Amino acid sequence: MEAILLTIVLSPLIGSALAGLACMRVSRAWAHWVTIIGVGISCALSLYVLKLYALDGQAIYNHSVYTWMVSDGLRFEIGFLIDNLTAMMMAVVTFVSLMVHIYTIGYMHDEEIGYQRFFSYIALFTFSMLMLVMSNNFMQLFFGWEAVGLVSYLLIGFYFKRESAIFANMKAFLVNRVGDFGFILGIAAVAMYMNSLDYAEVFARAPALKDAQVDILGGTSWSLMSVIGILLFIGAMGKSAQVPLHVWLPDSMEGPTPISALIHAATMVTAGIFMVARMSPLYELSETALSFILVIGATTAFFMGLIGIVQNDIKRVIAYSTLSQLGYMVVALGVSAYAAGVFHLMTHAFFKALLFLAAGSVIIGMHHEQDIRKMGGIRKYMPITYWVSLAGTLALIGFPGFSGFFSKDAIIGAVHHSEIAGSSYAYVMVVLGVFVTALYSFRLLFLVFHGDGPRDEHAREHLHESPWVVTIPLILLAIPSVLIGWMTVEPMLFGDFFKQAIYVAPEHDVLAEVGHAYHGQVGFILHGMMEWPFVLAMAGLLTAWVVYLFKPELSERIKKAMLPLYKVLDRKYGFDEFNQIVFAGGSRLIGRLLWIFGDRKLIDGLVINGSAKSVALFAGVARHVQTGYLYHYAIAMILGLLGLLTWFVYF
Amino acid sequence: MIALSDYLILGAILFCISVAGIFLNRRNVLILLMCIELMLLAVNMNFIAFSHFLGDATGQVFVFFVLTVAAAEAAIGLAILVVLFRSRRTIDVAELDTLKG
Amino acid sequence: MTFEKFLFYFFAAMVIFAGLMLITRRNPVHSALFLVLAFFNAAGLWMLMEAEFLAIALVLVYVGAVMVLFLFVVMMLDINVAEMKPGCFIKYLPVGILIALTMVVEMVMVVGPKHFGLDIYASPVPHAPGYSNTDELGSMLYTTYMYPFEIAAVILLVAIVAAIGLTLRRRPETKYQNPSKQVLVKRDDRLRVVKMPSESKMELK
Repeated sequence: MEAILLTIVLSPLIGSALAGLACMRVSRAWAHWVTIIGVGISCALSLYVLKLYALDGQAIYNHSVYTWMVSDGLRFEIGFLIDNLTAMMMAVVTFVSLMVHIYTIGYMHDEEIGYQRFFSYIALFTFSMLMLVMSNNFMQLFFGWEAVGLVSYLLIGFYFKRESAIFANMKAFLVNRVGDFGFILGIAAVAMYMNSLDYAEVFARAPALKDAQVDILGGTSWSLMSVIGILLFIGAMGKSAQVPLHVWLPDSMEGPTPISALIHAATMVTAGIFMVARMSPLYELSETALSFILVIGATTAFFMGLIGIVQNDIKRVIAYSTLSQLGYMVVALGVSAYAAGVFHLMTHAFFKALLFLAAGSVIIGMHHEQDIRKMGGIRKYMPITYWVSLAGTLALIGFPGFSGFFSKDAIIGAVHHSEIAGSSYAYVMVVLGVFVTALYSFRLLFLVFHGDGPRDEHAREHLHESPWVVTIPLILLAIPSVLIGWMTVEPMLFGDFFKQAIYVAPEHDVLAEVGHAYHGQVGFILHGMMEWPFVLAMAGLLTAWVVYLFKPELSERIKKAMLPLYKVLDRKYGFDEFNQIVFAGGSRLIGRLLWIFGDRKLIDGLVINGSAKSVALFAGVARHVQTGYLYHYAIAMILGLLGLLTWFVYF
Repeated sequence: MIALSDYLILGAILFCISVAGIFLNRRNVLILLMCIELMLLAVNMNFIAFSHFLGDATGQVFVFFVLTVAAAEAAIGLAILVVLFRSRRTIDVAELDTLKG
Repeated sequence: MTFEKFLFYFFAAMVIFAGLMLITRRNPVHSALFLVLAFFNAAGLWMLMEAEFLAIALVLVYVGAVMVLFLFVVMMLDINVAEMKPGCFIKYLPVGILIALTMVVEMVMVVGPKHFGLDIYASPVPHAPGYSNTDELGSMLYTTYMYPFEIAAVILLVAIVAAIGLTLRRRPETKYQNPSKQVLVKRDDRLRVVKMPSESKMELK
């Protein structure tokens, strides 16, 4: 078993090294074959492991592979914890990664200098993500966390000669860093109070600390588990792009589309979700942390969706959709429906990666034109892309039967049953979010694929379906988008699939309540069609059809009527300006002030130059003592003598 | 009878006279050198007084050596003075200020 | 008032008078002569204190040699007496007097009768008539203080060499003999043999 796990982790790494460390002297074919074989082996073995756990009921594997160091009783190890949750994540990550690898052969076909580098990076990413999900201790988790952040930085800035790309990758890395700061504080708190970084030991010791208090910031006493929970979640906010640390995700669309699919839809951004689900024993001990998570997630789910309605870049729409869906997952975690959150993670990985790759296919066809206002009627030219996009979009809005329906409705149901603080707000947000989701998704679909053809004659001539290396992954991703919900909803959500991986306290167990009403998939679908979310989703679809297809001039009139709202959404609520002016500008201002006053005036001027000048000044005054006159010197001696005499006579 | 303190007071007075002499003398380096001789005389007076009253001849031996050294020092001081006069053509103390800072 | 006491006061007064005159005279020759007077009276005081050898040594060495040297230098240096500015002296007189007086008062406080009076240090018994101060000094000098004695001799040598080395100057026009050069002379420096043909007979007319 250990050999299998090591192979799963290391084969992408070896593939990445072979492709990347040869200083660009390997051929393009070698680069893509060696990485695809590496990730392919990993994928096959992951599916095998999943089969062992899901179908054969394998026992949990929790062993350490290598002890890096032991410091004051704290062990820093590399180890693997494989249970149902990990096995599912491994399968999802490696499968989507493999699809992206194959897809990239087609997408990056015209790339001159970066072909091998790209494959090396995405294989390296696969390795990092696997280390993250398979870890059995916080240190390795953090290593994987940072490594995926690093590879994300490298890939967002892939077109490094473009200034916007460099801006975006710096932004992503810095915002991630803010999250990582909270994350490492959380890990430090865990290490300090539970004297261990190993998951099993921490989870065993946590219940004893349920009521422990900790003093922060001078005297204010906080519940320890709340503090740990919130700090760890701040890391998740950075990685999974929750408000206010979401600002990097739309900018990350500067990277090539395959990585938008892999990293910023399916895998890296879900690391935060996975982490919270993994830490469920800790989160169950603090309702404050859960409420915090809930409110943040709900806010992200609704408000980010609103921005998606006004975006004109095909990838930005999907990016904001990702943000919104991540909000849904976080909401699920907040109401202690960890299984639902992780389930939505899995389904979302498939259909969102599908949508991104389909968008990429459209982009290839339109010769890297990304503005949807310049597209239209593409379904006549790219049928396969159209049908898979339709499948993905229906999954996204939660159309009954598709995988997104099961996961999203489970979340909404779970929120409805929850009673913790903020749950009513979250319910409203999440339900309204369904309308918004349907609206922007079908707006995108209609504007891109329906209607008249693109106005540009030149573009129209070159439109044709993408090569098979692009379309095969699309189809392979569409299949789970449609079917996997139906197939796995029962064991995952209402069964024992996550029983040993995720712990839910009985008073928070909302999924069990949802499960009371569950009578099979068909029943779930029929029940769902009578609920608000379905109605709102259809309303959204209809509205999009009317505004963008039936009467296109309506879109202009609505925009003029709601101009202030449009402006707010267009400026993304001012988060970017705020960050630029307050944090970036503020840091630069402080730096400037420290430079001018602290460095130049104080250190250089006062201390260094000042001390030199004062020496010179003093010397200039003191030299007048040397008059050159003999009797002055004699007087000095005599006065000194007089002083000594007085001293000895009187004291 | 003459007390020890009388001799000591005499020595003190002589010493202070020579100090005043150094201080007030602005014209002549020679006067300076002579005041130094007077200072040495005052010190010798002290030594002899103590030697007499304590019955120890060590004081007189010391005076012997002081005499020797004073003579040597006077000789060299005057030689320097002569050379100074040759180059500066003046022995006015107020004009010897080329070493000023 | 015994004779001894009278002598003491007389000599002391003369010494102080001589010192005061020394520092106030304009003419350096006068100052030197007053210093000679001071030395003579100090010698008298020392005689009172039964340090006869040193008293005579003071007169012989100090007055006879050092003060003569002083006078030589005073006469040698071409000092323009009229150049001396009296104003300077008056200007600093108060300060000088103040400093001197302060020092005197403080020193008297230390060495005054309170600590060194007759009750603490009794007046010593005079020596027997056969007492030789010279003998006593000599016996100490050649036994206990042999080393400093030799060093004193070296100091004197150094003084001689230094004084000569400082002031010696060779005038270019004076002729003098250099013995080392004389000894190193060779025959060829002085003598040159020139071969000449003997003269042929000349016609004497």
